[in-house]
Amino acid sequence: MTAKSLRLVIGGILLVVALAILPLLAIDVPGVLPGPTYTPGTLQLLAFALLIAALALTYRMMFGLAGLLSFGHALFFAAGAYGLAMTLEAFGPAEWPSALVFTVAIAATLVLGFVLAATVGALALRVTGISFAMVTLAFAQAGSVLIRRNPGSATGGDEGLALDTAHVPPELVGVVDTRNLYWVALGILVLVYLIVLWVEKSRAGHVAEAIRENELRVRVIGIRPYNVKLLVFIAASVLASVAGMGYLLLQSGAAPRIATADFTLTLLVIVVLGGVGARWGAIVGGIVYTLLDQRLTALAGSDAIAALPDILRVPLSEPLFILGTLFVLVVLFLPGGIAGLPARIATGRKQHPAEPEETVDA
Amino acid sequence: MDTLVLLLITGLGLGALYFLVASGLSLIYGLMGVLNFAHGAFLTIAAFLGWEAGRRISDGTWTGLAISALVGILVGATVAVLTEVLIIRRLYERHIEQALVTVGISLAAVALFEGIWGTDPIYTDRPAWLTQTTEILGARIPNDRFLLIACAVLVLGGIVLFLRRTRYGLIIRAGVENRHMVTALGIDVRRSFTLVFAIGGAAAGLGGVLASVYYGYVSAHLGSVLLIFAFIVTVIGGLGSLTGAAIASVLVAVLQQFANFYLGGTGDLVVVVLLAAVLLIRPRGLMGKAA
Repeated sequence: MTAKSLRLVIGGILLVVALAILPLLAIDVPGVLPGPTYTPGTLQLLAFALLIAALALTYRMMFGLAGLLSFGHALFFAAGAYGLAMTLEAFGPAEWPSALVFTVAIAATLVLGFVLAATVGALALRVTGISFAMVTLAFAQAGSVLIRRNPGSATGGDEGLALDTAHVPPELVGVVDTRNLYWVALGILVLVYLIVLWVEKSRAGHVAEAIRENELRVRVIGIRPYNVKLLVFIAASVLASVAGMGYLLLQSGAAPRIATADFTLTLLVIVVLGGVGARWGAIVGGIVYTLLDQRLTALAGSDAIAALPDILRVPLSEPLFILGTLFVLVVLFLPGGIAGLPARIATGRKQHPAEPEETVDA
Repeated sequence: MDTLVLLLITGLGLGALYFLVASGLSLIYGLMGVLNFAHGAFLTIAAFLGWEAGRRISDGTWTGLAISALVGILVGATVAVLTEVLIIRRLYERHIEQALVTVGISLAAVALFEGIWGTDPIYTDRPAWLTQTTEILGARIPNDRFLLIACAVLVLGGIVLFLRRTRYGLIIRAGVENRHMVTALGIDVRRSFTLVFAIGGAAAGLGGVLASVYYGYVSAHLGSVLLIFAFIVTVIGGLGSLTGAAIASVLVAVLQQFANFYLGGTGDLVVVVLLAAVLLIRPRGLMGKAA
């Protein structure tokens, strides 16, 4: 291990420790956080940001590492949330000890996520590029429609599904225990990060990277891209359903919004905003986006905005409008996202070094 | 029998709507390789402005509807051309970025429309004839379906004539076939990019006004719903193929209607199954060229 990577590992551990003791401190960041860090409201927001960061990390593994532009990632997040909620409800009357039921429900949800990912991935990966994006979009849309249709009152339709807390450990229920949920969210983020790191550093990860750069060449060498892509797809999707389970526990329920195509597009925005080139870009993007979204919503309802003339008030009171515009600007002028900023400042180049030089239009 | 006819013609009407969106998507993708997520936004803005213009001049009459359609077409084309010239042109040959930018536009646009016109659907007034039904073979068909089908046929005919009979159409067809060759022959393909965006935007604009007739309301999410089915239609029909898009529109919409009626409202799921089946058997779509 070189000195640089050792520094990175130590820095990472220190960062995680710092995040872990946050609920015990009273840090107040006016304008960014709604209150001091020990209050349940702030912890709820931070935990949500961490979960979104974990989800963005899994999406980056597909899009950034393997170059798979999927528009259906929300499906697996929703599968985690709804899967756990539905299994917990199904086991509701069971006589087993609660801890056992909880574990079995989590395991069942993981199996569900795996089967769903393997099926969708095996089908969708038969096509590449834009067609792949559309096929995943179609599957996610089917899932979203299914959840809204509420078959057999299993998904709660537009109302969403409330968490059946009968078998959930009491430490994870209730406003006072928000900090436990925060630690769970942090744990999920660290777990996802480590698995993503492991996949990326493995041989399969290198092949996936090679496929992104030049699929034909990988075929010529004698490797079947399909298997590796499927592996990355399944890994990212199962991890997304883990994040989904965290979401269910944190929000005490699942809303149909998390299955929509818009939610996947939000993920795409997060990953590109943070920078596709680096893992930490996705994490920073997820946290920045969640905080921005929350603060912009608070700003939209503030008196300062309400006093503005219509032409300024209407766009500024729509957080998604500001985020969408910001996203377009980042794609146009800042191709490396937030993660690309240090390199751009260091080299002073207009173009991100990882980006190809402006090609002459054919 | 009458149910069958009703489902068939209603399906055709819905297919007409899908085709108006999918035709632009398919042409744009075929020529430029851009997956245009902003297409739904073109449709929605055209529907809103068309409705605003129509109701100011004469609400609920044929004149009002004609003005709506005209305004919708103009708005759709203008917005599409502006998007192409101001934003997408900067990113030529970088397909992923182009798709990303249009995603950003669609997100921002829907939010903006919600800010201006609110989140609830606004119900529109239509000419009286469109709200009535006509009896064909014992089936009572809502009249607006005929309007939709007629418009889509006109648009299909118009685009086909344009592509086959004019010089610009020739360049576009050649560009879809082999863009580098066209450039090598000294023709500026980029001008036809703008043209294709204008045609696609105009079709989507007309689609927006007709969608507000079909659904009976305008809302900020009008485009997003249609866009997803239009994507499915383009993939099933084969990316870049106009005829494919037309056939697939009808196929998807009719199948959706039948499944909704006979299989207990499972139309959307059946469409996805159809998509999966087509991709398994024929990954390039019904009429798409071999990849």
